[in-house]
Amino acid sequence: MTLDDGDLSAIRLTLELATVVTVLLLALGTPIAWWLARTRSRLRHAVGAVVALPLVLPPTVIGFYLLLVLGPNGPVGKLTEALGIGLLPFSFGGLVLASVCYSLPFVVQPLQNAFEAIGPRPLEVAATLRAGPWDTFWSVAVPLARPGFLSGAVLGFAHTVGEFGVVLMIGGNIPDKTRVVSVQIYDHVEALEYAQAHWLAGGMLAFSFTVLLALYTWYPQAMKGRR
Amino acid sequence: MKHLAALLALMAWGTAQADDVQVAVAANFTAPMQKIAAAFEKDTGHKAVLAFGATGKFYAQIANGAPFEVLLAADDDTPAKLEAEHRTVAGTRFTYATGKLVLWSAQEGYVDGQGQVLKTGNYAHLAIANPKTAPYGAAAVETLTRLNLYDRVQGKLVQGENIAQTHQFVSTGNAALGFVALSQVYRDGKFTSGSGWIVPANLHSPIRQDAVILARGAANPAARALADYLKSNKARDIIRSYGYAL
Repeated sequence: MTLDDGDLSAIRLTLELATVVTVLLLALGTPIAWWLARTRSRLRHAVGAVVALPLVLPPTVIGFYLLLVLGPNGPVGKLTEALGIGLLPFSFGGLVLASVCYSLPFVVQPLQNAFEAIGPRPLEVAATLRAGPWDTFWSVAVPLARPGFLSGAVLGFAHTVGEFGVVLMIGGNIPDKTRVVSVQIYDHVEALEYAQAHWLAGGMLAFSFTVLLALYTWYPQAMKGRR
Repeated sequence: MKHLAALLALMAWGTAQADDVQVAVAANFTAPMQKIAAAFEKDTGHKAVLAFGATGKFYAQIANGAPFEVLLAADDDTPAKLEAEHRTVAGTRFTYATGKLVLWSAQEGYVDGQGQVLKTGNYAHLAIANPKTAPYGAAAVETLTRLNLYDRVQGKLVQGENIAQTHQFVSTGNAALGFVALSQVYRDGKFTSGSGWIVPANLHSPIRQDAVILARGAANPAARALADYLKSNKARDIIRSYGYAL
């Protein structure tokens, strides 16, 4: 027994989702992480806590509130409807939004650590060389924080691939549209199609292990090379 | 110290007397079973310890040694399968309730008494439970096929992982309407909120929910007592009041 069309479609959809989400997470996570690493604002503790919430909340809680907030009676749902986008639940866009919320800490935290590890000195040196803040950020901070970007991207991607509860709740399990691999595995298991479930589940296990192994092998070297 | 010894003795006595029975209960039967378990404890002194969940998950857990003694499934296949695998007490399988399917909307007056809204309504999403894994989902697909509507609504279908999530999709308004279990939206002869069409039983095969005593409960008198209690008039009245047929 091998993978059927539904399985392949789920794999394709999952990779698309994880790619889009990772790009968005880097774009969104970088300024948040930079601010968290540099600010002295009292708000930083609250913002840091909000970002970390998905680490501790069960997916059913996040999924349930997203369903309420994005629904026709929720504030975001009313907004998206007024903007002519329509409602996000049960669409690819809804999956993207949910996954960005859910995987945010996996990108922000490594980035924040990387930015904090740079310390003030290189940035001060850049400033004395008359580099503006924007130039300093791109020419000094980003290259020095490269390990943070890579581990953030890898973890964000892998976590999006592995997420289940939230996508099931927001996605509505629609074939070819919102049925990702983790949901497909769940369907197989619930229907007692254990053989088919094994193919996908084994593949997911192998993928996750490979990704983490690569990260753990590469990360210490990158950190050493930086110093 | 003396108090502690007395307390321990009392606890030991307590467990020896009141038999506990571990019961796995289909999620759609949560509310009636809580009521039945309370009555069961009052009438027999035995205590039913309830776990609620998806029947497919219970199957996997039971096959892997979960300590359940009675299963109240959401279907009739799973108990039969467990029986064929000798994981049950032979001859104890019976139908404790027959589920009724309802087309329901959280909006008052949205669903008419004939379900015409399926054809005429301008809705974006129609929620059903996963037909592959949930009996109510399979019954919904069967109904739509019988009504020659399946092809027309296929693009609007969204699936909940189980009937509880399907209900959530509809009750939050994310899906304008959906096929849910009558037991979720019905109490004592009327809808608790929204509007609905109770799907006639001839539009789908019966949603028989079977119970069975599992091998682990073979020697537990409370397991047998619970199975008997589910067939009593008192329990059947509770079951009916939640919109199940018998």
